[in-house]
Amino acid sequence: MLESLNQIERQALNELEATQDEDSLQRWKVAHLGRNSPLMRVFDQLGALPKEERPTIGRRANEVKRALETAFEGRSQALIQAAVQRSLQAERLDVTLPGRPIARGRLHPNTQTLRRIYRIFGDMGFQVFRSREVETDEYNFELLNIPAHHPARDMWDTFYTTTPGVILRTHTSPGQIHVMRQYAPEPIRVILPGMCYRYEQVSARKDTQFNQVEGLAVGRNITFGDLKGTLTDFARRMFGENVRTRFRASHFPFTEPSAEMDIECFICGGAGCSVCGGSGWLEILGSGMVHPVVLRNGGYDPQIYSGFAFGMGPERITMLKHRIEDIRHLWMNDLRFLEQF
Amino acid sequence: MKIPLSWLKEFVDIQLPLPELARLLTMAGLEVEAIQVVGLPMPTSADLHNAAHHEIKIEGLSWEADKIVTAAVYEVMPHPNADRLVLCRLDDGQQEHIVLTGAPNLYPYKGLGPLPEPLKVPYAKEGARIYDGHQPGQVLTTLKRARIRGVDSYSMICSEKELGISDEHEGVIILDPDAPVGIPLADYIGDAVLDIAITPNIARCASVLGVAREVAALTGQPLRQPDYSVQMDGPSIEGLASIEIQEPELNPRFVLGLAQNVTIRPSPYKVQLRLKLAGMRPIDNIVDATNYVMLETGQPLHAFDYDVLTQRAGGQSPTIITRRARSGERLTTLDDVERELDDFTVLVCDTAGALSIAGVMGGAESEVSANTRNILLEGAAWNFINIRRTVSAQKLQSEAAYRFSRGVHPAMAERGVRRCLELIRRWAGGVIAQGLIDNYPLPPRDPIVEISASDVRRWLGIDLTPQEIADLLARLEFKTEIIGQTVRAQTPDHRLDIGEGVVGMADLMEEIARIYGYERIPETRMDDELPPQRNNLELEREERIRDALVNLGLQEIATYRLTSPEREARRFPPGAAPDDLPYVQLANPIAADRYVMRHSLLSSVLEVVERNARLRPRLALFEIGPVYLASEEGLLPDEAPRLAIALSGPRAPAGWQAADSAPMDFYDLKGILESLLEDLHITGVRYEPAEHPSFHPGKCARIRVGEHALGVFGELHPLVRVNYELPETPLLAAELNVRALIALTPDRFEISAVPVFPPVLEDLAVVVDENLPADQVEAVIRQAGGKALADLRLFDVYRGEQIGAGKKSLAYSLAYQSPERTLTADEAQKIRQRIIRQLERELGAQLRS
Repeated sequence: MLESLNQIERQALNELEATQDEDSLQRWKVAHLGRNSPLMRVFDQLGALPKEERPTIGRRANEVKRALETAFEGRSQALIQAAVQRSLQAERLDVTLPGRPIARGRLHPNTQTLRRIYRIFGDMGFQVFRSREVETDEYNFELLNIPAHHPARDMWDTFYTTTPGVILRTHTSPGQIHVMRQYAPEPIRVILPGMCYRYEQVSARKDTQFNQVEGLAVGRNITFGDLKGTLTDFARRMFGENVRTRFRASHFPFTEPSAEMDIECFICGGAGCSVCGGSGWLEILGSGMVHPVVLRNGGYDPQIYSGFAFGMGPERITMLKHRIEDIRHLWMNDLRFLEQF
Repeated sequence: MKIPLSWLKEFVDIQLPLPELARLLTMAGLEVEAIQVVGLPMPTSADLHNAAHHEIKIEGLSWEADKIVTAAVYEVMPHPNADRLVLCRLDDGQQEHIVLTGAPNLYPYKGLGPLPEPLKVPYAKEGARIYDGHQPGQVLTTLKRARIRGVDSYSMICSEKELGISDEHEGVIILDPDAPVGIPLADYIGDAVLDIAITPNIARCASVLGVAREVAALTGQPLRQPDYSVQMDGPSIEGLASIEIQEPELNPRFVLGLAQNVTIRPSPYKVQLRLKLAGMRPIDNIVDATNYVMLETGQPLHAFDYDVLTQRAGGQSPTIITRRARSGERLTTLDDVERELDDFTVLVCDTAGALSIAGVMGGAESEVSANTRNILLEGAAWNFINIRRTVSAQKLQSEAAYRFSRGVHPAMAERGVRRCLELIRRWAGGVIAQGLIDNYPLPPRDPIVEISASDVRRWLGIDLTPQEIADLLARLEFKTEIIGQTVRAQTPDHRLDIGEGVVGMADLMEEIARIYGYERIPETRMDDELPPQRNNLELEREERIRDALVNLGLQEIATYRLTSPEREARRFPPGAAPDDLPYVQLANPIAADRYVMRHSLLSSVLEVVERNARLRPRLALFEIGPVYLASEEGLLPDEAPRLAIALSGPRAPAGWQAADSAPMDFYDLKGILESLLEDLHITGVRYEPAEHPSFHPGKCARIRVGEHALGVFGELHPLVRVNYELPETPLLAAELNVRALIALTPDRFEISAVPVFPPVLEDLAVVVDENLPADQVEAVIRQAGGKALADLRLFDVYRGEQIGAGKKSLAYSLAYQSPERTLTADEAQKIRQRIIRQLERELGAQLRS
């Protein structure tokens, strides 16, 4: 009987080796662990055995059963593993094929630059104040210390409308008067973004329509040193932490003293390249201490209050950052251009 | 303003290398835009490096000291084989040469034998680098030995073009007779020209003296004042002329001097050279003297032919009258244009009539001619605003008008006349009448401005002592007095840009900062009180709309806001009623097709679609920006922000796998708009069929929320589409009112709780009349379902024989849900029955079996 059990075990294990799939494995289970399997018949016959043989044979039969069950489990796992392996082998993709195209939206580069400027000045406590584009001569010029027939008017080529005294604003500076008159005598820190228009021959560098972002800070204790510090802080965040700035004397009728801020060319680091025309410096913005006449027109006593103002062209910043050669790209809306942002 | 360095050095010592000088001036507000080297050595790379980071162009030609020298021509001989060439016997200081030239201005000396007085010329030796005189532009060439018509040629007498002075190549340069022989030409007339941009506030610097004064202030060198003394040997000017000023406000001063027995001839070469380098054309010694003094001092002058004036006065001594032009009065100016004058234009007249437009341009009749013997010299001061009006009304520019229209101090008038009389005496001979006639009815008040150390601290953020402030101002010739902590500064009488009171204080602040040096003012951060913080909801929400649309896959664009009514009319079908709202219209448009501010953002966006249609099969674009709605009454237009969207092409972008390539339709656009409104949490939105000339009448809707109309959208009208170059695919477009979107965006919104109990899900298909709008079916279902109806989604619209003509089937998935418990099948059934009954009763709908 023991020999018979050994025989059953050997044969079953041998046959298990031969199973290759779930079907043959199940057939093996029926054949070797099923009700009518030789092993089960051994259990059936246990009662008929002599009493002294029963424990030995019974123990051995249980051992074989456990061995076969363990082997079955092992084989079953192995077959599953093999099947998974086979299917994984069969499902190899070409990972270099392109992904499914997405219809992606993008902000216009002008918006992206404007938001960056809002963000930087916002962090410094400057809030956005917008005002109209079709303006009066009074707000665009007179109140900004640019009287009619004054030589300073030569600095702006103006689009006049057919309504006398109404023009397209040549700069966002009229917003300075609007915001001061709205909030005087509160301290002021605002930026004034918006579209401006100039009667100019269109070229790669100049267009008749352009955005400007002007800034204005008015308070009781605001100095030219603050102007330099604030704008240098801006330049470092906009163009790079180590960027150097330079303030040159200049002239705007609504500021005095006035200054142009240049930054060290961030393309070449000041060594000179085609973007900076070999000079190492890039003109970024005009600025100055708010002229007493402008402060007074805004409702602030220049004996008590002082302030600074500045104005920059976000398109120029966009152009510098992305090496855009022609400003008109920013208004032409060629998707081959816009889709690169 | 072009400033020759040699001229500048007459008034101030300059030790700085050129690039450093340029940098210094630029930093102080006199932007040096370019330097033209004319003979002097080019700046070394070390000099350039020291002034590093300075935006400047340095160009030009240096004259090699050993190869380009002064020389003397002793004889001009004919060429044996060529009529148009001559041979010059020339001494270059070391040896004699025979030099071949074809210069026509040497022909008169040909064959005269040894000249009584040698001609001094610039002489370029073999190997010298000069510009090629025969090529257009400036092409460098090296002089080489050649044989021309049987004569050896290895060197050259130079023209201005060959030396980079001007384009002149008609003859060679003949230097002044006192020129030394055999020295490097660069040492004799070598120069460099600074081209300086003059902003309106530094009008006083539109002169050599003005720039020299700045250089002196910036470098701490003393300024050498010009010599205004005149050798007056003639008779007294008294009684020889008189002046009558009718409007001192417009003509605060008029000065006359008289030069007698002058000889009109060309000016000395050095004078001509300076005028050329400064950008003016030499004429004759008299006109050149007036221009020379104008360039030098900034005071424009005018020379009259005294004898013509006397003749006009019928042999009497002339009286100069300054007055406004009479209406319709005419004058022919030096440029041979007969001009009709405005009544604000000031004229210089005599008793016989107008002589010149004051401060702008002389008249033809009384100008200096070759036969002029006696010169009446005018130096005047004019109201700069009035000159500007005249300049712009007459569209007439001149060097004089350039200066007078920016302001010239009346004190300069006498100085200019004196300086010029002396130059006329030297260059044109004759004698100068004793004294001047000086009518000075309105001397300006040169402001006295007080500025304190604390003012400087408050505006500039630097601590200067009163003494330091006074010293800085004194460098610019302010007369200063220190009173305690305050400096009282008297404006010098050569500038008009300093105001009174607090304006004057700001003016001085600028001068202090400039001379102190902007670079030395420390960078600080504001420690002032912060303003009250406020939200800018309009901007925030506008930006949120942008973000939402970008998230929905749309590309933002930015277009020109100037257009024409014709361009905008393309958005309507032919024959549609025109847009008759008034436009904001330009009085001076720059382009024929951009002369009004737009009425339609849709129109702008359609133009962009057109431009890109051939480049991209699929377009999904939007823009947010204003339209300008002028009103008949109001001065200023309403700048109303709009949102325009355009879609066209396949629904999904094409890749290598199958994609939804069906063209986008009305419902693609509606989906975007629904998502946008959802993103903004705008509720209660209704879509109504609408009529709009731009859109297909059956595929157009208006969006409403309560009483607000948000805008229209739909498929572009086929007759509009053909107005643009567009493919056949449908184009979907929307134009929305951004103000309404912003107004309807709630400040806050509430969410509903996430349900705990599972919903009962079921589908419901009903058959209704074809022309029943789906939103009515949905409204009835929602109303009948009540609170228990948690979700409702249309998933199929079917038309076909099975349900009969004129009908459609709408299939919805419904979710019933209670926040308190799981609904039973019974309860769900009751809700369903209620919905069906109500649909039947109110809409005649039938359950589709």
